[in-house]
Amino acid sequence: MSAVTDTPAETVAVLPPKQSRVWAKLRRNRSAMFGAGLVSVFVIVALLAPVLPIPGPAETDWGAVRKAPSAAHWLGTDEIGRDILSRMIWGAQASLLAGVVSVAIALAIGIPLGVLAGYCRGWTDAVISRLTEALLAAPFLILAIALAAFLGPSLTNAMIAIGLSAVPIFIRLARAQTMLVVTEDYVEGAHAVGLTHPAIIWRYVLPNIVPPLLVQATLTIATAIIAEASLSFLGLGQQPPAPSWGSMLNTAKAFLEQAPWMAMWPGIAIFLVVLGFNLFGDGLRDALDPRDH
Amino acid sequence: MQFKPLATLAAALMLSTSWVHAEDLRIGLAEDPDILDPDQSRTFVGRIVYASLCDKLVDITPELEIIPMLSTGWSWSDDGMTLTMTLRDDVTFHDGEPFNAEAVAYNINRSKTLDESRRKSEVASITGTNVVDDYTIEIMLANPDATLLAQFADRSGMMVSPKAASEMGIEFGAAPVCAGPFSFTERVQQDRIVLSKYDDYYNADRINFDTVTFLPITDDTVRLANLRAGDIDIVERLAATDVASVRADDGLQLEQAVSLGYQGLTVNIANGEKATNAFGTDKLVRQALSLSIDRKVLNDVVFEGVFAPGNQPFPPSSPWYNTEFPVPERDIDAAKALLAQAGVENPTVEIQVSTNPVAQQVVQVVQAMASEAGITVNVVAKEFATLLSEQSAGAYEISQIGWSGRVDPDGNIHQFVTCEGGINDSKYCNPEVDELLNAARTSTDIAERKANYDAARAILIDESPLIYLYHQTWIWALDDSIQGYTPYPDGMIRLSGVSKSE
Amino acid sequence: MLSFIGRRLLVAIPTIVLISVLVFFLQKLLPGDPVLALAGEDRNPEILEFLREKYRLNDPLYVQYFNWIGNALTGDLGVSLRTQQPVLTLLAEKLPVTFQLAIMALVIAVVIGVPAGIISAYHKGTWIDWLANVVALSGLSVPNFWLGIMMILLVSVKLGWLPASGYQPFTDDPLQSIRTMLMPAFVLGTGLAATLMRHTRSAMLGVLQSDYVRTARAKGLSEKRVVMKHALRNALVPVVTVITLLFGELLAGAVLTEQIFTIPGFGKLVVDAVFNRDYAVVQGIVLCTAIAFVLMNILSDALYRVLNPRMSDQ
Repeated sequence: MSAVTDTPAETVAVLPPKQSRVWAKLRRNRSAMFGAGLVSVFVIVALLAPVLPIPGPAETDWGAVRKAPSAAHWLGTDEIGRDILSRMIWGAQASLLAGVVSVAIALAIGIPLGVLAGYCRGWTDAVISRLTEALLAAPFLILAIALAAFLGPSLTNAMIAIGLSAVPIFIRLARAQTMLVVTEDYVEGAHAVGLTHPAIIWRYVLPNIVPPLLVQATLTIATAIIAEASLSFLGLGQQPPAPSWGSMLNTAKAFLEQAPWMAMWPGIAIFLVVLGFNLFGDGLRDALDPRDH
Repeated sequence: MQFKPLATLAAALMLSTSWVHAEDLRIGLAEDPDILDPDQSRTFVGRIVYASLCDKLVDITPELEIIPMLSTGWSWSDDGMTLTMTLRDDVTFHDGEPFNAEAVAYNINRSKTLDESRRKSEVASITGTNVVDDYTIEIMLANPDATLLAQFADRSGMMVSPKAASEMGIEFGAAPVCAGPFSFTERVQQDRIVLSKYDDYYNADRINFDTVTFLPITDDTVRLANLRAGDIDIVERLAATDVASVRADDGLQLEQAVSLGYQGLTVNIANGEKATNAFGTDKLVRQALSLSIDRKVLNDVVFEGVFAPGNQPFPPSSPWYNTEFPVPERDIDAAKALLAQAGVENPTVEIQVSTNPVAQQVVQVVQAMASEAGITVNVVAKEFATLLSEQSAGAYEISQIGWSGRVDPDGNIHQFVTCEGGINDSKYCNPEVDELLNAARTSTDIAERKANYDAARAILIDESPLIYLYHQTWIWALDDSIQGYTPYPDGMIRLSGVSKSE
Repeated sequence: MLSFIGRRLLVAIPTIVLISVLVFFLQKLLPGDPVLALAGEDRNPEILEFLREKYRLNDPLYVQYFNWIGNALTGDLGVSLRTQQPVLTLLAEKLPVTFQLAIMALVIAVVIGVPAGIISAYHKGTWIDWLANVVALSGLSVPNFWLGIMMILLVSVKLGWLPASGYQPFTDDPLQSIRTMLMPAFVLGTGLAATLMRHTRSAMLGVLQSDYVRTARAKGLSEKRVVMKHALRNALVPVVTVITLLFGELLAGAVLTEQIFTIPGFGKLVVDAVFNRDYAVVQGIVLCTAIAFVLMNILSDALYRVLNPRMSDQ
């Protein structure tokens, strides 16, 4: 919860701060650490799923179908009598992976293309921009069904589909931000000093386009976790009875009145994970900000 | 002085009541119907709209007896090759054209010859018609056909205006002209279908609504919420899991009828390479799978006991049900013994299922139950178009699929298990079964037909190409103000005699 | 500026054609036979083959494509296999619905998201910032269907304030039309508001710390002036990017929300069309969404120039 550090104007300082300093700043940022802690808890619980004393995620109890939380089932049971706590824990693996991997895919494709388009402009920009438009206009459903058909139904392929669909927004953001950065005086200065293009991109452009991309990345994690479920409905993604938070939410849709807890727990879990990532992202953003010390 | 505002208020109220009298009935459908041409349409939900739009030659009672509708009676020739029907003489189509024997002849011909007709197989036995007089028609058959009257109780028996149909051709569905209680007014895709009362309807006094609006609302929860909010009057296909809450609601009433259809597992017996697995080649393994499933628990868990457990193509309540083979109790030991006998103690099978959440629940329950008998079931969810084409191409081991059901028993069994059956995706083939089912089809004697079906059932239960699981129950939730509603096992909403109290 | 837009519009035409080619071939590669999907329960081989011939599904793919594009150039987008309606009619029916929903959702998102982001950035680290963030992130984590159904249960069933579903064309009865669209627009808008809020906040933080804002402050300009006049303009670049992109996505249709509120828009049309392999309808919709995205990209590039004239082509 660092307040705005209102140091008086000083010499232009746009170089990225040293890594050790970033880390030191991040560690001092309590809300960022809280966010990191939140995410770590979920990661640890997800990894420990096989050794925790919980029933199997597919174990059914016909006598306890859609039962409210109780001593026997702390978070209640689902539509066919499975323990929701167990499914939440096992589902964390799939959902965290779906969230993080698909965002990583989107970033890995989106940032280079976006920076290239924004930095080079001209033909490069035109080609990349038209590709973006094509990707945007193709219905996501068709892409997903095609992936399911050609690569087979699996969580990995669901992540690819979600990642691809998130690529355009990262391209557009990286491109716009790059275009903005290259208008700055210090980039022109760098040109004048004779720095090469890759050097300029590395030292000036990349550090300055981070904030919006970081914000979008932490937000996309949420949409990706939820989207994984809609994909399992196209025959992509986690296959039944393996759980994921998204598919749990989707099933819960039919029981919002009779069994509200079925939707509540995955919803809360997604919220906490997303909150964690966003807080950490904010901290990272502050720590990386070249102007803010 | 106080009279004036009161009078105005009263006048306003009267105005509004007379306005309310222009009674609209709003029905929430679970899906958006396809094309509204009885000869071209193919969905169950479309038939619900037809029930108000297009009258048929004959209708059914809730007990599945066939009764006159546009016809007044019929008789069979001794050899069963000619059906003579007499027709009502007080019927006109919505465009004012007269309904008569010529119109019937036109309609039968249209079902048989329109390139796009989906009715061809239903009226395949008809070779020609003979208009005896204005209101009598003879229908000639190639062979005796016990199923024909039941076909006339459905889309094949719906009469469209010959004038409109010949003018509009295959675009008839854009503005259908029939002879039902309501005429077509407008349709907005995925939003609504509006019908208006046809004043010259022969039974107009039984119709108490000026308009009927069908609203496709695909989400079960939302469909019910619309009913609760008073935005619609009737919802069809209420989710079984919502029955308890509708019962508890004073403002709503519930109607239900066990359907004519079934849901089950179709095993790939001989449809391509994927059939070569223990389940495709060995009936003992199929029997074991069937025995490992507790159909009652399945029904309780997924459908809160509202549906009907089943093991045959007809529900246990049907007169065609073979009572020698009641719904089996679950028997894990017997299942294991059968597997041991077959020499595969831990078989693995892939069940494909549509992405419908309820179907997925069913299969997951089956999966859990089968695992206790040592059977590993892998569930693969496929989007419906993919599922259908892979099933038809034989790219599956077991497919979870159902059938909406037909009035005549033949429609639930013949095309699925006869060697050349149109929807025989398991490619099961047994000449003995063919013979029995063909005989049942051509005989008009009920006892003889039943004996044939029973004999075929005995073979089919033993060989189990299809493992039947349950029969859906049609559930309607209605606003309390709706009166005179009768549930039918065909799932249709018949509005004759239905009214809304103020 | 005008010549820039004119040039971009010219380039747009081949882009849209290219997109139509890509989508056409991609959907033809999908498993699932349109005719089989259409046949439903009655799968008579004779009728299947007839339909295949009739809709020329047996032709080579490139022939099918040239047929389609040839007809499309004359304004004939084909008919829906599912309902026999002309695709053009379907599009004309759905476009106003989707457009109205998109506009309303966007207005809600901007009205909530942008001010919340500014306030949050300005009060960074205080409880106001925390509250705004938590509300925004919960808005994002709550699936639209959950919020939608909850709103129907509360607002329509319990309180009876707004109709639970259904659509009224704006031209028939504007007030009722807005009433029926209010809940779906709100459900869609809140999710977008969260995204906008987070971006506005981040961008504002960056600009508030930049040199010229410090200089402006040092000059003694009022806070409000500093924020509104200097900071916001540059901060708006990523916000504009996100808004135009999200608006394009809204125009492509919001399936789940449309389904919950029974709004007959593009989302449901495209889902039904894809599931039924109703190729002509899919192509028609893709044409529309392609135009929408191309226009939105032109708009955002034009807006960049307004916000920061130095961002124009060098």
